[in-house]
Amino acid sequence: MNENDSIVPRIEIGEWGDTALDWINDNFEWLLDFLATLLNWLVSTLTDALVTVPALVLVAIFALIGLLVRSWELAVGTAVTFLLIIAMDQWVTAMQTLALVLMATLVAILIAVPIGILAARSDRVSAVVRPVLDFMQTMPAFVYLIPAVVFFGIGVVPGVFATVIFALPPGVRLTELGIRGVDAETVEAGQAFGATPRQILRGIQLPLAMPTIMAGVNQVIMLSLSMAVIAGIAGADGLGKEVVASISTLDGPQGIEAGLGVVIIAIYLDRVTAALGKPGDYPHSLLGVLRRRSGDNGGGPDGDAQDEARNRIEGGADKGRGLAQVGL
Amino acid sequence: MASISAQHLYKVFGRRPRRGVDALEGGATRADLRKQGLTPAVIDASFEVKEGEIFVVMGLSGSGKSTLIRMVNGLLEPTSGSVTIDGEDVTRLTGDRLRAVRREKVSMVFQHFALLPHRTVGENAAYALEVSGVGRSEREKRAAKALEMVGLGGWGGSLPGELSGGMRQRVGLARALASGTDIMLMDEAFSALDPLIRRDMQDQLIELQQDLDKTILFITHDLNEAMRLGDRIAMMRDGRIEQVGTAQEILNAPVNRYVADFVQDVDRSRVLTASDIMEPLQGGAPEGAVVPAEAALADLFADATEHEQLVVQGTAGEAVGTIRRADLLAALRTDTATSPTDGATPGSSTDTLQPTGGAA
Repeated sequence: MNENDSIVPRIEIGEWGDTALDWINDNFEWLLDFLATLLNWLVSTLTDALVTVPALVLVAIFALIGLLVRSWELAVGTAVTFLLIIAMDQWVTAMQTLALVLMATLVAILIAVPIGILAARSDRVSAVVRPVLDFMQTMPAFVYLIPAVVFFGIGVVPGVFATVIFALPPGVRLTELGIRGVDAETVEAGQAFGATPRQILRGIQLPLAMPTIMAGVNQVIMLSLSMAVIAGIAGADGLGKEVVASISTLDGPQGIEAGLGVVIIAIYLDRVTAALGKPGDYPHSLLGVLRRRSGDNGGGPDGDAQDEARNRIEGGADKGRGLAQVGL
Repeated sequence: MASISAQHLYKVFGRRPRRGVDALEGGATRADLRKQGLTPAVIDASFEVKEGEIFVVMGLSGSGKSTLIRMVNGLLEPTSGSVTIDGEDVTRLTGDRLRAVRREKVSMVFQHFALLPHRTVGENAAYALEVSGVGRSEREKRAAKALEMVGLGGWGGSLPGELSGGMRQRVGLARALASGTDIMLMDEAFSALDPLIRRDMQDQLIELQQDLDKTILFITHDLNEAMRLGDRIAMMRDGRIEQVGTAQEILNAPVNRYVADFVQDVDRSRVLTASDIMEPLQGGAPEGAVVPAEAALADLFADATEHEQLVVQGTAGEAVGTIRRADLLAALRTDTATSPTDGATPGSSTDTLQPTGGAA
């Protein structure tokens, strides 16, 4: 069939991979079942909670979160756009997608941060992890649906599984980057005063790396949302399923409305998590105002010197870059 | 008691650094090692820091002084040689035993302060006590006391970001003081500060040292700072210690061309003191203006213009020596460096010399 047949033999990597998947499926059924039950329970519980609360109350809560961490502008924008979701009759599907994204993010962070910490501490771990992350990030996302469906069948669980794999890498990378980027002298100070590696990690490295780690969380969320449609193909309920349905029936209005819903959730989550990572950039957030008020009571004796010296070291370089990768 | 002793310390960076040490001991130069991909940072450094002394290691960037200080508290492991603290070899310690030395014996002040920006000044000052597991109320008390000592009483609730550079380094100093160790390592501690504030901090350190009597290893690239602070000074170049001595000895008897070139621009009138250049009293009651033994030469000119001879007064108020106007002028001639006899007699300089406010 192929002129290369005689020189380069056909290597059946695909077959081997498929065999490996079957083997895992046969031998770790108990683990897969456990994961499936757990993930299913988590997502459905969160979905139920989000859907049970009256939509208008939830919109108010989302707006309040925006006000707390960022600005009144975000609060107003949130209220308007989420009311639009209700008006488009996509509220329930939007909450299903939100629950899936939040759970997938949570799982991805729980896996990514420890791996990132290990990679930051050991060059060897880092060297092993990096190509694996490259693989995970560049493999077309649809391919993850194959093991997901083999392992977990159809539904929300394979959606979460595929999403976690696809969204994990930036969480690991930015955790490693953040910890490696912590000022070496400050870490040395911890060592010089006799802190244990654990004390240095918890007291110095993680707090100082937090802005970068939060940028990683932001990226994880954005990638999770970009997987929403693909999760829909695997049968997860939500906006993604609506989009898939609209493609198969060429239903323009449905596709536009469901797509808009994804965009609205994406922008909201991006703005909130970006602000969480750099609270200093948003002095007019409700939290910032409250913090300053309590800070004034405990401050130093000389207000002038304080103002003069109060120069923030942070730059807003990656404000809002989160959306760039989503490709919505 | 608390003293540091370093014997034949080597630190070579690169793959299989041990072979670099062997080569250096066999007479190889730094350039020879570079060809093999090795970087020798410290070469055969030996020195003693006595209890209650400020010992300054002075060298330009790349001379290996920062590497040297990091081998004292185990932040870097020497390739060869050893460091003993109070007679205990700390070079091969690891884990809990190394941490115990750092908690109980040796604290450190850093060039760029190395404070935790997310914690208050008080929490930063208490950091060493926190990692050693001292209870909250106790460590808050000790941290507040240390902040008081460095002139930051009442600032405990501020964040480091709200303080100026000089104030931040005071917090760094308070953190080391609060730890209660007898030995303090100061790595270019004042180098990042602007000149006026640097001078303030030097004065403050000298003042604190009079009460505290810590054993201090101080690293700097600023020769005037070294002369001002150091009871003794080690001059370092290209990883080697060229000369160890008092400011007076280094000014008047540099061991080689490099040290001589280096010290020629030093403001001798501020570094040398009356006791450094006086003729010890041979008996009798000399006449002239009375000046304190620790006065810098610059402060003697006013009296010297009025009087042909100055009488140097010891700490107990007794006359200990005399300075003629010509001696004062001669002491400022830079070429005295080549003829040590011009200044003080070597015998008197070693036991009476106190450069600037060291441990008296």
